[in-house]
Amino acid sequence: MATVPIDLTVNGRGRSLQVAPHHTLLDVLRDDLALTGAKECCLVGECGACTVIVDGRTVDSCLMLAVEADGALVTTIEGLAAGGRLTPIQEAFLDEGGVQCGFCIPGQVISAHALLEANPHPTRAEIEEGMAGNLCRCGCYQQIIEAILATVEAAHP
Amino acid sequence: MPVGRTAPAPPAPGTVLPDTPTPGPAPGRGPLRREGPAKLTGTALYTDDLVFPGAWHGATIRSTEARARLLAIELDPAFDWSKVVVVTAGDIPGPNIVNSIQDDQPILATDEIRHHAEPIVLVAAPDRALLRQAVGQVIVRTEPLAPVLDPLASDRVFVHYEIETGDLAAGFAEATLVIEGEYRVGHQEQLYIENNAMIAVPRADGGVAVHGSLQCPYYVHNALKRSLLLTDEQAQVVQAETGGGFGGKEEYPSILALHAALLARACGRPVRMIYDRHEDIAATTKRHPAVVRYRSGVAADGRLVAQDIEIVMDAGAYCTLSPVVLSRGTLHAGGPYACPNVRIRSRAVATNTPPNGAFRGFGAPQTEFAAEMQVNRIAEALGESPLDLRRRWLYRPGDTTPTGQVLRESVAAEEVLERAAEAAEFERVRARTAGDRAQRGPDARSAHGIGLALAWHGAGFTGSGEVHLASVASVELTADGRLVILIGSTEMGQGTKTIFPQLVADALGVPMDDVEFAPQDTALVPDSGPTVASRTAMVVGGLVIEACRRLRAVVEERSGGPFADTYRADAGTHGATRIDQHFRPYPGVDFDDTTYRGDAYPAFGWASAVAEVDVDLDTGEVAVRSVVAADDVGRVIHPVLAEGQVEGGTLQAVGYATIEEIKLHDGRYLNDRLATYLIPTALDAPRISTILVEAPFSGAPHGAKGIGELPMDVGAPAVVAAIHDATGVWIHDLPASPERILAAMDTLVRR
Repeated sequence: MATVPIDLTVNGRGRSLQVAPHHTLLDVLRDDLALTGAKECCLVGECGACTVIVDGRTVDSCLMLAVEADGALVTTIEGLAAGGRLTPIQEAFLDEGGVQCGFCIPGQVISAHALLEANPHPTRAEIEEGMAGNLCRCGCYQQIIEAILATVEAAHP
Repeated sequence: MPVGRTAPAPPAPGTVLPDTPTPGPAPGRGPLRREGPAKLTGTALYTDDLVFPGAWHGATIRSTEARARLLAIELDPAFDWSKVVVVTAGDIPGPNIVNSIQDDQPILATDEIRHHAEPIVLVAAPDRALLRQAVGQVIVRTEPLAPVLDPLASDRVFVHYEIETGDLAAGFAEATLVIEGEYRVGHQEQLYIENNAMIAVPRADGGVAVHGSLQCPYYVHNALKRSLLLTDEQAQVVQAETGGGFGGKEEYPSILALHAALLARACGRPVRMIYDRHEDIAATTKRHPAVVRYRSGVAADGRLVAQDIEIVMDAGAYCTLSPVVLSRGTLHAGGPYACPNVRIRSRAVATNTPPNGAFRGFGAPQTEFAAEMQVNRIAEALGESPLDLRRRWLYRPGDTTPTGQVLRESVAAEEVLERAAEAAEFERVRARTAGDRAQRGPDARSAHGIGLALAWHGAGFTGSGEVHLASVASVELTADGRLVILIGSTEMGQGTKTIFPQLVADALGVPMDDVEFAPQDTALVPDSGPTVASRTAMVVGGLVIEACRRLRAVVEERSGGPFADTYRADAGTHGATRIDQHFRPYPGVDFDDTTYRGDAYPAFGWASAVAEVDVDLDTGEVAVRSVVAADDVGRVIHPVLAEGQVEGGTLQAVGYATIEEIKLHDGRYLNDRLATYLIPTALDAPRISTILVEAPFSGAPHGAKGIGELPMDVGAPAVVAAIHDATGVWIHDLPASPERILAAMDTLVRR
């Protein structure tokens, strides 16, 4: 099958790839770049387990073709804890009990990170709205919201 | 062993990442989740994250009919079949049976197809594109047969029970009020965020190793041994990080592991079988639908004097775990209320729909929803507060259940009820909503309501189940002075990997960092029983503590000093010391499986929930605003994780009550995608306030009972009671969807 060349920056590192035209960004992250933090779950953009940041905006990487990411800046969960250091939001998830089975967590953390980048002082309602695209069946929403609020509080006491 | 990807290695368990100023836990919150840092950084390896070089991809060709005769499986001769492998029932070396309670479910269908999505043919190929092509060239020829889709019309009964105590006729003769009700609950999908996933790898000894997302390694082990004719050593089951189970990965992984193993055997390579969400919803087990009928009699003085209960559960096409699901549903159907004259008759029947199985609560949420609806309707008929009625009827120490079990200890029905009602200010809010309802005009757009429920949940396996399981748990002091916990009990988010090191550290007085948790690999750990039935903390936790006590005694006898001061030196001198602790029946707990008399469970947990809702009177939509949940877990081991269990179970119950529903057409699930099967989001989630109550169980050395399932039993009836408080209508069928609420309100207005 014919492939298409793309260049993109993933977690600060330039990548030049040949991708199948029907492969999604999630396929390429997981299979070609071995970045398995983003998860496949529903393939219809409902669950948010595959959430990554593309040019400053969160996307469901299962719905975005890899060729559409040509030239983009992509941040995945692997790009957050740089140098093995948990970010404040990751620390807060751990401390508040926001992690159970963990499968949705990379997407949750990415969404929380992007939310705080865009809005450093969100209200509780804004957090609920901002996180509504990330499903958690273990039911950690309350702990996750508390973790985000704690992160905001710690950054701006 | 899997080869890691280029991603950084996950942090060692129990350690924070280098240079990470991770805050320690606040006092009384318990240690931080052990595998939390790996999950938070994306380095935790779930099944689909594992790499096995040269692995092929497997697919399952399934029935598109609810019932049919299988005439032929044909391979299109124009396709090059030499590059793929195809497996049918004839390729199974041993019995074509998925090992479970009955021997009725084939690994691959042969003569008769009994449900939509039933597996018929397996295909594996080196890449996904070729796999898709090959699957498209397999032709399954069938002849349709008439399906049985209505459980009430099914004459094929997998199992039935009857419990009777007292004199039912005399009870009803004494009754001055008799309330009847029929309640229906539908399928509920577990919807773990990680789909079912399994990778099978051929072993050099002719056996197979499977790495998968699963709750019960030894269930899978037994299934592989039996149908692939393998020895204990040849069959190896390794749990990968597991993205939620909730019962959905209790029995289902057995058939998936068999499929992957058959393909791996056929092609001589590792085979990956990773379901997508559509296949997972279409093919895997759900919570059993049920129809529950009640007739309850109340005497003039307000005593509950008679309960006649009939339960029909729809098992689907095969038996799976239905006998134990139905058993638990039957044993809990009376609710946590004393009644001298009770008859409970139940049956699980076959229909031509996909098999149902384990889901958090395991039969009890179905019957306890009905039981609580009944109590609330009786309270309404008596003109009495639902709180006061429960205060009069609830079990107290010394009461006797319908199986003749005397509740000697650890009975906290009253405490959970009072704590929940007080925290939620139940009576005050109820008086306010009653006032609002009385003054509500025809132009009102929304209504607020409050509802209450109470439940019990037997901890551990039903009846003599724990005796039959004969679980083993081990603790080893290694030659280099570390402590290792060896159990087959799995972590799937509920906290096993955190609380077990905590229990061991407490029992031995050693730092938690010195305690390791062996991988859930059947080649390494003993069978400590399945990770189900809210049994892990109570039963397996108890075994581990007993093993620690024996280990402590052995070392202290040798060293003459306290264990904590001497174990490292002892290991240096004496080498490894391993204690295998075998389950011993709880003293005084006895159940007769044939008569269904005796102690159905060693102990019960108790739960109460108070829910507040807003109902949109134009659309019938329900917003659950808050839930106060009081749960008695015996002894709290880890407050943060325990609260997480209560909140998670409550949220699943809120989904069950309001939005989660499977629609069927000709035996096929219609909404078999996440776009159409809805679960609560962060916006739908109520504020959940958790109250943990401790009524310890003396049979467990640490007093702990179960926690995982309790909250699932009370959420739905509390929400439906709140909907009634807001609107005046009873919704007898779950979920209380906008359509059902509007229809009921319409009927009320016309009356």
